[in-house]
Amino acid sequence: MTRFGSLDDPAATLVLTGIRIIDPATGTDRVGDLAIDDGRLADPGGIAPGAERFDGSSLVAAPGLCDLHAHLREPGMERAETIESGARAAAHGGFTTICAMPNTDPPLDGPDRVAWVMTAARGAACRVRVVAAATRGRDGEQITDVAELAGEGVVGVSDDGVAVAEGLLARSLLTRLVALGLPLIEHAEDPAAAAGTVMRAGAIATRLGLGGWPESAELAIVVRDIGLAEETGGWVHFTHISTAAALTAIRRAKERGVRVTCDVTPHHLALTDAWVAGGRSFAWDEQVGVAADPFGAPLDAAHAYDSACRVNPPLSSRADALALLGGVADGTVDAIATDHAPHPSERKSVEFGAAAPGMIGLETALSLGLAAVDAGRLTLPVLVRALTTRPAELIGEARSLEIGQLADLVIIDPAARWRVEATALASASSNTPLLGMDLPGVVRLTVANGRITYRDGVEPAV
Amino acid sequence: MRPRSDEVFLSGRRETLDLLRGEVIGLAFCEPSTRTRVSFELAATALGAQVVDLPIEASSVTKGESLVDTLRTLERTGITTIVLRHPMSGAPYLAARSTDARIVNAGDGTHAHPTQALLDALTLREALGTLEGKKIAIVGDIAHSRVARSNLHALRALGASVRLAGPPAWVRDFEGWPGVVVAKRLEDALADADAVMALRIQIERVASGAVASLREYTATWGLNESRMQLARLGAPLLHPGPTNEGVEITAELAGSVRSLIGTQVANGVPIRMAVLSLLAR
Repeated sequence: MTRFGSLDDPAATLVLTGIRIIDPATGTDRVGDLAIDDGRLADPGGIAPGAERFDGSSLVAAPGLCDLHAHLREPGMERAETIESGARAAAHGGFTTICAMPNTDPPLDGPDRVAWVMTAARGAACRVRVVAAATRGRDGEQITDVAELAGEGVVGVSDDGVAVAEGLLARSLLTRLVALGLPLIEHAEDPAAAAGTVMRAGAIATRLGLGGWPESAELAIVVRDIGLAEETGGWVHFTHISTAAALTAIRRAKERGVRVTCDVTPHHLALTDAWVAGGRSFAWDEQVGVAADPFGAPLDAAHAYDSACRVNPPLSSRADALALLGGVADGTVDAIATDHAPHPSERKSVEFGAAAPGMIGLETALSLGLAAVDAGRLTLPVLVRALTTRPAELIGEARSLEIGQLADLVIIDPAARWRVEATALASASSNTPLLGMDLPGVVRLTVANGRITYRDGVEPAV
Repeated sequence: MRPRSDEVFLSGRRETLDLLRGEVIGLAFCEPSTRTRVSFELAATALGAQVVDLPIEASSVTKGESLVDTLRTLERTGITTIVLRHPMSGAPYLAARSTDARIVNAGDGTHAHPTQALLDALTLREALGTLEGKKIAIVGDIAHSRVARSNLHALRALGASVRLAGPPAWVRDFEGWPGVVVAKRLEDALADADAVMALRIQIERVASGAVASLREYTATWGLNESRMQLARLGAPLLHPGPTNEGVEITAELAGSVRSLIGTQVANGVPIRMAVLSLLAR
C-alpha cells in the first residue's frame, strides 16, 4: 500500500507520479505528476531529487470535497457526534469543508452560538462553515436576524429538519436575504402531507404496512419556493431533494432563470425504498427479491424494517433515484450533500416507526458516488464536480489543483474496496444501513488548507 | 368424515398434550386484544406449556426501557417463545433480531397478522374445500388492515383470487398485488364470489377523509343480505372481529347462517396450537 508523509509533518514534500488529476475548476482530466511542497501545489519538475515519490498510477487526485449539509450534533447531542469527531469523519471521507446544520440543542439561531461553533471548530480536521437557523428556536414563527448572522460568516439559513412552513415567513426571509447574497436552504416537505409517514409511499410501503410519504409533500414546498424566489429575487437552495417531480420543477425554474439550486444525498441516489424491506441492491443494479417483487417476495428477516433505513426525506423509489442520478449528470443537481445525521444506538435500536430519522454519510458519500461511476450512471469528472467545486462555489469557496495554490485536495484509490464497519468509521455514530458492505473507493490522503488531515487509515492527530 | 379442527382441539385438550412441556411462553400484548390473546393462552396451555404475561410496551422516546432492552432482559428468565402483539409494523423483526427466544407475530401495526390468516384459511377450507381458483372478496379498510395483508399472502399461496372493495383511499395502493383485483364498486367484488370477508372499520379513521361519514360508508360499502345475494349461492361471510354491527355488516348478516364468525374464533385455538408446536420442534 502506498504510504504518504506523516500526519504531523504538514511541510512534507511529496510527488505522486502518473496520477489521474481531475480539476473541474480548470476542466482538467489528465494523467500526470502532482507535487505538494510545503503545503502548496508545486511544479513536479522543480522538486528536489530527495523528495518522497509515490506511484500514483492507480490513484485519482481531486479538489477537497465540500459538504453542504452535515449534522455535527454539538452543542447538545455530543454522544451522537462532536464537531471534532464529525470533522475527522469528514477528513476520512475526503472532505475539506463541511457545513454544520443549525438544529443543535440549543439551535444555532444567533450570532453568539454561530461564533461558538466556529471557535470550537478551530483545529478540527476540516473547515467547518455554519448554516444558521431561519427562525428563532427553529419555531417557524419569528425569523432570525439574518444580517447579524451574515456578519458571523454563515453560508445560509435553514430550519432543516422541517421546512419554513409559513409561506409569508419564507417570503420575508428571502426578501431580507437578497441583499446579503445568502440562500434560504429549504428542507422541502409540507408538514401536513408528511404527518404520520415513515417511508416513501409505494408498493413497498403498502406491503410493509408503513405510512407512505407522498412525493407531493416535497413538490408542494418546492413549487411554492420557486414562486417566492421568482417574486423576491431571493435565492432558494433546496437540500436533499428526493423526487423526480421536484427535480423537474427545479430544472424548469433554472431554465427560466429563477435563482434556485439544489443538492441530493448519496443515499437518495444509490439506495431505494426496497432497502426498508431488506433489499440491498443499489438503484442501478438489477432488482432482485423484494425490490423486484414487492408484494410477493419473502422479507429478509436480517434486514427488514431496519431502522438504519429510516431517514427523512425517506429513501426514494428506484425510478426517482435514477432520475436524480440523471439530474447530477446534467447539472440540474448542483451538489451531492451528505445530510450526515448521526444518532446514538438507543435512538435507532427501536421499532422502525419509533426510530430517529437520519443516517451518517460523510465517510460513505464518495464511495457511493464511485459505485454509481462504476455502474456507468455518472462520469468521474461529473461526480467530482458535484462533490467539490460546485458546492464550494455555492458557499463562496474556491477549489483548484493549479500550481501555487494551497493544497486542498483528496487522493483516492477508486478501485480499492473497503468494508463499512463501526470500527472503520471516525464518526461517533454508526447508523448506516451500509454496515458490513464492501464499497469501492478508498481515500488515501486528505489535505485541507495545506495540512494533511487524513492518511491511509491512520486517524489524524488534531 | 374429517373431524372439525375445533373438535381435534377439544379431544387434544382431553388428552392433555405435552408437546410443549417445559416450555415457557410469554404473552407480550402491547395493545389491547381479547380473542387473539385468549386463544394463544389456551393453545399454549393445551400443549402443556407454562404461560406468563409480559408487561411490554412499545418503545417511545419519552419512556425509559425499549422493546429491545426488555426482550434482552427477559431472555435470561428462561422464556423460550414470545407471542408479540405490537402497534408498530415490523416490530417482530426487531424483536427476533434482539433475542434468541422464538417470536410469534400476533399482529404488528398494519403489516401482518399471520395466525389470523391461517385460521381464516382453515375456516374457508372447511367451508369451500380447496381454495384453488376460488374468488374471495375482502371489503373495507384494506390499507390499515394487517388481517387483509396476511390474507392476501395466504390466499395467493392457496391459489385463490382476491377482489378488494372499499373507499378508493383504502384500496388503491393494492393495484398490482398479484392475484388481486381492486374493484371499482362493491357489486363488482361481490359478483359470483365464493366467500366474502368484511373488515372492522376503525371509527376514528373515518375522520381522515377516506369517506365523508360512517353513514356514507355503510350506504356504499356496508354488507347486508341483499348485497350478499350477488355472491354465489350460500357464500359464507367471514369477519376477524370485533364487528361494528350496523356499520360494515348488518347484525342480521353477522348472525345469519352465512356467518362463519364463530367458527373463526373456534379455529383460532387449534391454529395457534399448530403454530406453537411446529415452532417448538
